[in-house]
Amino acid sequence: MSEDVIKAEGLTKIFNHNLVAVDHVNFSVKQGEIFGFLGPNGAGKTTTINMLITVLKPTEGRASILGYDIAKQNNDVRNAIGVVPQEYTADEDLTGYENILLCADLYGIPREVSKKRADELLALVELTAFKDKKVQTYSGGMRRRLELACGLVNRPKVLFLDEPTLGLDVQTRAATWNYVRMLKKEFGMTLFLTTHYLEEADALCDRIAIIDHGKIVVVGTPDELKESLGGDIITLSIKQDVDITGLVKKIERVKEVKKENGMYVVKSESGEVTAPLIIEALRKEGHVVTKLSLTKPTLNEVYLQYTGKSMRDAADESRESAFAQRAMMRRSHM
Amino acid sequence: MSTSNNNSKSKTHGLWALTNRELKKWYKAPVVFVLTLIQPVLWLGLLGNALNISSLFSASSIQFPAELAAQFTPAQLSALGSFFSGLQNQIMGSTFGTTSYISFMAVGMMAFTALFTTMFSGMSVVWDRRLGFLNKVLSTPVSRAVIILSKVLSATLRSMFQAAVILLIALPLGFAFGAAFTPLNILGVFAMLFLVCLGLSSLFIAINIRSTRIETPMAVMNLLNLPLTFASSAFFPIKQMPAWLQAVANVNPISYTIDGMRQLLIFDSIDFAQLAVDFAFVGAFAAVLTTIGIVFSWRFLNK
Repeated sequence: MSEDVIKAEGLTKIFNHNLVAVDHVNFSVKQGEIFGFLGPNGAGKTTTINMLITVLKPTEGRASILGYDIAKQNNDVRNAIGVVPQEYTADEDLTGYENILLCADLYGIPREVSKKRADELLALVELTAFKDKKVQTYSGGMRRRLELACGLVNRPKVLFLDEPTLGLDVQTRAATWNYVRMLKKEFGMTLFLTTHYLEEADALCDRIAIIDHGKIVVVGTPDELKESLGGDIITLSIKQDVDITGLVKKIERVKEVKKENGMYVVKSESGEVTAPLIIEALRKEGHVVTKLSLTKPTLNEVYLQYTGKSMRDAADESRESAFAQRAMMRRSHM
Repeated sequence: MSTSNNNSKSKTHGLWALTNRELKKWYKAPVVFVLTLIQPVLWLGLLGNALNISSLFSASSIQFPAELAAQFTPAQLSALGSFFSGLQNQIMGSTFGTTSYISFMAVGMMAFTALFTTMFSGMSVVWDRRLGFLNKVLSTPVSRAVIILSKVLSATLRSMFQAAVILLIALPLGFAFGAAFTPLNILGVFAMLFLVCLGLSSLFIAINIRSTRIETPMAVMNLLNLPLTFASSAFFPIKQMPAWLQAVANVNPISYTIDGMRQLLIFDSIDFAQLAVDFAFVGAFAAVLTTIGIVFSWRFLNK
């Protein structure tokens, strides 16, 4: 199946008649895909997700999920999707189990069904041992998992995750990635996620859209995006003091050869395939390669190229807002 | 997990779940719950006894000056003494409609507490918004009206409960039911409270749902609190007020609520015409504010 599960056409949101948060955005997400939305703060990621999950109404354009129009058939959309918000929305005064039942009630799931499902979901996110503990005793990672369980309570076909690993430690982030992969693999779920972590998008997403100033600047698989920068960089040196530029240029996929500080810098697509070819071609001519290194461009370079910003700046900002949020949650408890 | 949920749902599903979530925050937190019970005891115990107006007129507080007393025979003096102490009931009766100030004030306190509780309960919507819970609920098939109604309903139920507690606490402190009281009147009292709480909480939720900061509703509450409480008959009868204050008190729905409740609880005879006016005024207030509140909240949620 490769039909479009999410389809956005000219999707636009203008706040207060002048603030264009999302500007005629077009993209589509295929069945069973993990689609990542990357972008600096204020780029329009959350506004886009909020329109798709029917919390905000688009000013212009349209989008559909599983064929349901987000504006006209919003109730069908709501029944078909699951949402794991950025914030910890679970009620601290209730237990994990009670929280899942509350979420189930919001979907009108009868009690006899939701009790069984809550147990299943708690087992899935490994919280069964804590099901009767109040959420205020949970760690950050446990809360994330509980949010995930709540988002799955209506057995959604499409799951939206807004910054699923924000503020988590390395192990918990890795565990979250595993859950996301499992959802795709075991249940064929389509996942739409926003993230600040480039390595996360790289490791997890089948396709990525980079959004900046409300516009999508580029869409593609992580490899496509990296290759769009001109490919991998192979740096090598040879024993003999001869110019091999012409020789290397003739090799398939090689785009550019430069000599810098006595090293040859070769730009090529699929560097791991090109590198042995270069060694082979040089050996045939009697040249001996003494050093060779292969660098693949990371999403960081892609990101920088398309947004003109380093991801780290954006991530720092969002970490601050996460701290503010946690401080607020503590206050709300009084 | 491959099948989606398409079970047919009623339009009101989730109403009780969301209302109960609000109420649980209160009744499941023992400290908060006990404190909300202690507060009215303090109010009634301290204010009700400190302002014990009926004791001002008691026989023991009447002392005749020596030169005046000399002009009367002891028999005349004792007749005068009992005349003055009899004035107590007369003045209390004509001013407050009852001879017991604590009864008068307890009813005022019931309305006052209802007002306070609706204001505070409405503030939870600010947190729901800030902490992302509101957005989460908006992405589920719960109707927008149910989201607003659950807030209104939980604030109303909580206020009515608090008011009932005041009445129960006032009983051992000397609360006296009027001669016209029948247990059935309690229903009328709660109908009155229900209407006024419904209107007030709808108004506050419409205000609060737009606030991103908890300070905004706090400021609004502080502004409204004082005039609503003291420009009403909660602690003192309206007819003792200066004309300009009477004008305010006469359009204050809290005054009508209190008057209705006093008629039903502590007055010796019920003025049915006035009671009808009270219900009509509070009912109209509730209808208008609930409509305004729900329309404004609805608009906000559908932006």
